[in-house]
Amino acid sequence: MAEPILEVGGLVRHYPLTRGVLFRKQVGVVRAVDGVDFTLGRGETLGIVGESGCGKSTVARMLVHLERPTAGAIRFKGEDVVRLSGRALKAVRRNIQMVFQDPYTSLNPRMTVGDIIGEPYEIHPEAAPKGDRRRRVRELLDVVGLNPEHINRYPHQFSGGQRQRIGIARGLALRPEVIVADEPVSALDVSVQAQVINLMERLQGEFGLSYVFIAHDLSIVRHISDRVGVMYLGRIVETGRDSEIYDRPRHPYTQALLSAVPVPDPEAREHRQRIILSGDVPSPANVPSGCRFRTRCWKARERCATEEPLPAAVPAGARSTTGTAAHLAACHFPDDHMDGVT
Amino acid sequence: MTGAVLLDVRDLHVEFRTRDGVAKAVNGVTLGVDAGETLAVLGESGSGKSVTAQAVMGILDTPPGRITGGRILFQGRDLLSLKEDERRKVRGAGMAMVFQDALSSLNPVLSVGDQLGEMFVVHRGMSRKDARARAVELMDRVRIPAARERVSQYPHQFSGGMRQRIMIAMALALEPALIIADEPTTALDVTVQAQVMDLLAELRREYDMGLVLITHDLGVVADVADRIAVMYAGRIVESAPVHDLYKAPAHPYTRGLLDSIPRLDQKGRELNAIRGLPPNLMDIPPGCAFHPRCPMAGDTCRTDVPPLHEVDEDRGSACHFWRECLHG
Repeated sequence: MAEPILEVGGLVRHYPLTRGVLFRKQVGVVRAVDGVDFTLGRGETLGIVGESGCGKSTVARMLVHLERPTAGAIRFKGEDVVRLSGRALKAVRRNIQMVFQDPYTSLNPRMTVGDIIGEPYEIHPEAAPKGDRRRRVRELLDVVGLNPEHINRYPHQFSGGQRQRIGIARGLALRPEVIVADEPVSALDVSVQAQVINLMERLQGEFGLSYVFIAHDLSIVRHISDRVGVMYLGRIVETGRDSEIYDRPRHPYTQALLSAVPVPDPEAREHRQRIILSGDVPSPANVPSGCRFRTRCWKARERCATEEPLPAAVPAGARSTTGTAAHLAACHFPDDHMDGVT
Repeated sequence: MTGAVLLDVRDLHVEFRTRDGVAKAVNGVTLGVDAGETLAVLGESGSGKSVTAQAVMGILDTPPGRITGGRILFQGRDLLSLKEDERRKVRGAGMAMVFQDALSSLNPVLSVGDQLGEMFVVHRGMSRKDARARAVELMDRVRIPAARERVSQYPHQFSGGMRQRIMIAMALALEPALIIADEPTTALDVTVQAQVMDLLAELRREYDMGLVLITHDLGVVADVADRIAVMYAGRIVESAPVHDLYKAPAHPYTRGLLDSIPRLDQKGRELNAIRGLPPNLMDIPPGCAFHPRCPMAGDTCRTDVPPLHEVDEDRGSACHFWRECLHG
C-alpha cells in the first residue's frame, strides 16, 4: 500500500438529545459515528458505502472539519488535525477539500460561476495572487470540461452534471491532496453519472489526488475504489480491497447489502440468491447491545447480544496483505458461506 | 401469464405552456399493458415518463399541462372523453398510483388509518368503524408489523420503507386492475428497496394486476419487468421484452444506458458515458431527438423523425439504423 496520507482512528461523533427549554437536560445520545478507523493511502480511492443514517456523511464532514469529532484522531500526513487551530488548521484544510452531493443546493444561486470557483482564494489568499485568479478559474473550468467563456454565468444556467463539474472545480481550486466526495453522482441522471465518474478518475491521475468516495451505489463504488469500507450504524463493519469485499464478503451485512442490489441482467433474476433483511436499521439513539447488526442478522446467536465483535483479519484474506490493508470484518461468525439464507 | 389488454395508450401528446415557451413533454407515446403484466417505463429525468403516468391517471396539472392529442383506453373505455366525476371513479377503483415520495404524498396531520379508511368511506360508503377495520387488514396485507396498534399513528412515526408500504396499501385498497408505480423505491435504501419491490411483485401476482413501473434504474427493471419501454425526450425509443432488450438493444440510447453501467471488466478503464446532455424540452432537436448524442447518427437522423420500426413481433425501435445497432 502507498504511504498513508490520511489516518483516522477511533473517530466518534455523538449528538446529545436534550429535553426542556430552561433547564436543558440530556436524555440520551445519538451515536451518529461511533468509532471509525481507516487509512487512506496517497493516490488511492477509499470507497465508503452504507445506507442512510449509517454516519457516512458525518464522517465526511469531520474529515473536512465542518464538524468537530467528539473523540478520535484524524491524522493528515501524521499530524492530528483535530487538535490544530488557527493558522496550522487553515493550512491543513486547504489540503482536504470536499465535493458535495447536491449540485443544486451546494452552489450559491446569486454568485457567478467565476465567483464560486474563485471563492476558496478569498479564504486562502496565499494560494493565488489576486491578479491571477480569473485566469486560474478559467483554467479550472477547462480542466473539468466546461467552457471557460461561461465564467460569468449563474448556476441555474447549467444542467445537473455541469453543476457537479463546477463543484469539482471549486474543490480543486486550492490544489488539495485529498478530496472527500459525498455522493457526488447520486443526484445525476444515469447517462451523466458515467461522465462525472470518468472526470474524477482523470483528475485523480492528473493531480495525484487521493479520494474518500462516499456513496450508496455499490457498482459505482466498486468501479472507482481501491479499497472499500462498509458502514452500519456508525461503525465500519467490514473493510478490504474492492475485490475482497465484492467477491468474498464476510460480514453478513455486506452480504445482504450486495445481494439486495438489483443486477441489470434479467437472466440473473431466476437463480440469484437474495438475502432480504427484515426490519429497519435501528435508531442510532438506541444502539443494540453487542453486535449492532444482530437485530437484523440471520446468523445472530447469544454471543452477539453480549459481546461486541471487533474488526478482525479474515483468514483467507490475510494471504499477503499486512497491517491496515488487510481484509477486516467485525463479526463473530465471519464464515464464507451464506448459510441459513432463506 | 398475461391476459386481456388493460391499458392502451395511443399517440399521446402532452405539453406545458410556460412563460418561457412550450415544453413538449410527451410527443406521441403509444403503449399497452395487459392484465397480469409488468411494464417498465425507463427514462431519465425529463424523458416524459412521469407526465405520461399522470396523464393516464388523470392527475396532470392543467394548466400548465395540456393533453394535445392521442387516446387513453382503459378496459376499452376512452378515459379522455369521460367527465371528471366518472374519471374519479376509475381512479382508485380501476387504477391506482404509488408515488415516489411517501412522506410528501401522505397527509401529515391525519393518522394512516384515517387515510387508508378514507378510500372505503369515499368510494364504498362504509362507516368510519368498518373502514378502520379494513385499514388494519390492508396494513396486514402489506406486512406492517403490529398493524392494530400502528393504525392510529401518523406518517412521521413510520420509517421510509413502512411509509412506502402504506402508499402501496392505499393503492391496493379498492383492488384496482392496474397499478402505476412512479419510482416507488428511489427514495429508499437498497435493503429496504428489495423488501418493497418483492412485496409489489408478490401482490401483483396475487391480485393479477397490471403494473406499470416507472423508473430510471436498469437494475430494478431487470429484476421485475416483463416488458420495457425506453423513453427519451417524450417518445418511446425502444419497446421490447425484458430479456431481448438487455441481450441486444435495438436503439443506441438503450445501448448507451446499458454500457454506462460500471461493469467488472471495466475496472480501471473509462466508463462508456453517453456524451452530451439530455435535450431541452422547449427546443427538441429536429429529426431524431437523440442524434446530437448518438455515435451512429447519419444525415437522415438530423432531418427525419424515425418511426417505431418493427424489430420483431413484439419489439420496436425508433431508430433509422436499428439493424446496425441490434447487430452490434
